[in-house]
Amino acid sequence: MSKNATISPEDIRRLALLARIDLSSAEADRTGQQLNSIFSLVAQLQAVDTAGVEPLCHPIAMIEEMTLRLRSDVVTETDQRAINMANAPQQENGLFLVPKVLE
Amino acid sequence: MNGVPLGWEVVIGLETHAQLSTRSKIFSGSPIAFGAAPNTQANAVDLALPGTLPVMNLAAVEKAIRFGLAIGAEIAPRSVFARKNYFYPDLPKGYQISQFELPVVIGGTIPIVVNGIEKTVQLTRAHLEEDAGKSLHEGLDSHGVSGIDLNRAGTPLLEIVTEPVMHSAEEAVAYAKALHSIVTWIGICDGNMQEGSFRCDANVSVRRQGDSKLGTRAEIKNVNSFRFLERAIQYEVRRQIELIEDGGKVVQETRLYDAGRDETRSMRSKEDAMDYRYFPDPDLLPLVMTQVQIDAVKATMPELQPAMAARFVREYGLSPNIAHALTQSKAFADYFVDCVAAGGEPKLVSNWMTGELAALLNKQGFDIRQSHLAPSQLAQVVIALQNGSINAKGAKELLHAICEKQGLAQDLSIDALIKQMGLEQVSDSGLIKKIIDEVLAGNQKSVDEFKSGKEKAFHSLVGQVMKASKGRANPAQVNEILKTKLNEAGAS
Repeated sequence: MSKNATISPEDIRRLALLARIDLSSAEADRTGQQLNSIFSLVAQLQAVDTAGVEPLCHPIAMIEEMTLRLRSDVVTETDQRAINMANAPQQENGLFLVPKVLE
Repeated sequence: MNGVPLGWEVVIGLETHAQLSTRSKIFSGSPIAFGAAPNTQANAVDLALPGTLPVMNLAAVEKAIRFGLAIGAEIAPRSVFARKNYFYPDLPKGYQISQFELPVVIGGTIPIVVNGIEKTVQLTRAHLEEDAGKSLHEGLDSHGVSGIDLNRAGTPLLEIVTEPVMHSAEEAVAYAKALHSIVTWIGICDGNMQEGSFRCDANVSVRRQGDSKLGTRAEIKNVNSFRFLERAIQYEVRRQIELIEDGGKVVQETRLYDAGRDETRSMRSKEDAMDYRYFPDPDLLPLVMTQVQIDAVKATMPELQPAMAARFVREYGLSPNIAHALTQSKAFADYFVDCVAAGGEPKLVSNWMTGELAALLNKQGFDIRQSHLAPSQLAQVVIALQNGSINAKGAKELLHAICEKQGLAQDLSIDALIKQMGLEQVSDSGLIKKIIDEVLAGNQKSVDEFKSGKEKAFHSLVGQVMKASKGRANPAQVNEILKTKLNEAGAS
């Protein structure tokens, strides 16, 4: 990303599509302006020389040396369909129903 | 030879999803048994209810390491889980937990043989990830809806990626089969393609011979049989070449193979292709593997197929082809080892396993583990053959009877079964002579033919004698005695 990265209306449309957010054109304009002002902040961060610094993949690693905890391969959960289904707006034969999706 | 037209080069890379055969899911304690009623194996984590957190399954990590060790790859001392973001109803979190920049297995190679030529397929990586749920679009009473089953959501997968180094459908299939053999051999995947435990995506592109730049590739998704993989790639190669020859351009897209029509169809093009916006998953710390942990997994690795086949050749004097057939699967190889341990002569055991038993299993649609014939029983049959208490025909009948469970008392010993079925070989030369005399008396025509020099008539007479003895006579003795008798008759 260059220091002067700006986000275009086209980028906004694509991001909205990927995030499944329905934006009106007024909202898209406003969001674009907001994101661009955030980008100026990003530009300041980009200006820092990070050569030789290992990317940080988890904030905890800044504080202490911790690694992923692993659990034994044991089945601990039983059938909870009845409880899980209690929240579903629509169901049939044990399936959650959603508006039709096709590939 | 390989179906690629002259002047063209095909470039193929494969991505394979192998379902890891753990008991529980990768990030939750739900079971992963196949075929359970919808949503009965999905808990709060699998449903992505707010406040839930993933906890990594140790067995999934160990299986990934087993794979890395089996293919001579590097096991990453530190790997990182990332979120792959996209929206689909069978992915309730809105992202799939996968690995992106730092996978658990790096590199490695798998040897293949195509048309007698050995080749090494270079792997890029293998990474751990979770499977999504299943969407059902048909068979519902309600209209305008899709059904969601989250039993599969969170099932552990190892995605295994090759470099673009294969150049024909045959090579791709040879690699897929070799990979299938490895993952089942080392016990990390059941390899069941019908149930989706092993599925392949193929990245296919073509270029004119001599071009240094790779052509634009199409990705064929979710092919679940070796035959379909071969046909899908062949179709895709033809389609791309025809398209370019007609002045068109291949577009980067995802395609689905339709087995019914034997063609690939566009699923989505690059324009609407996903940007998955990967980033490290803050819910999971880096996965760290120490050499001690890796060595502990190494200590549990079985002898691999190439080493075992070579040992069978060396120790038992078997041909490389037979050794290869015996090591077609870990279960088949273990069966052979058990037979030999139970006293079966290795060459005889290998002949019966790769011949009669393999044919029977094929006919029954059985895996060797499903066979009703125990390894110790096959060893007993081979011993009975060697000491002459039955002949080959009797052994065959015995095998069929046991494998097909023809009303036999299963707890009887092989010797007792031989008696019960009346299969004891007749090696009493007096008895054989008597049968031969009767056959000769009743088949004067064949005898005359033999005397006039027709060799065929001899075989016909042997057949008559065997039939008269209900297949029990010792064939070597029948041959010898019959020859002597006929010569005597000829001399008289």
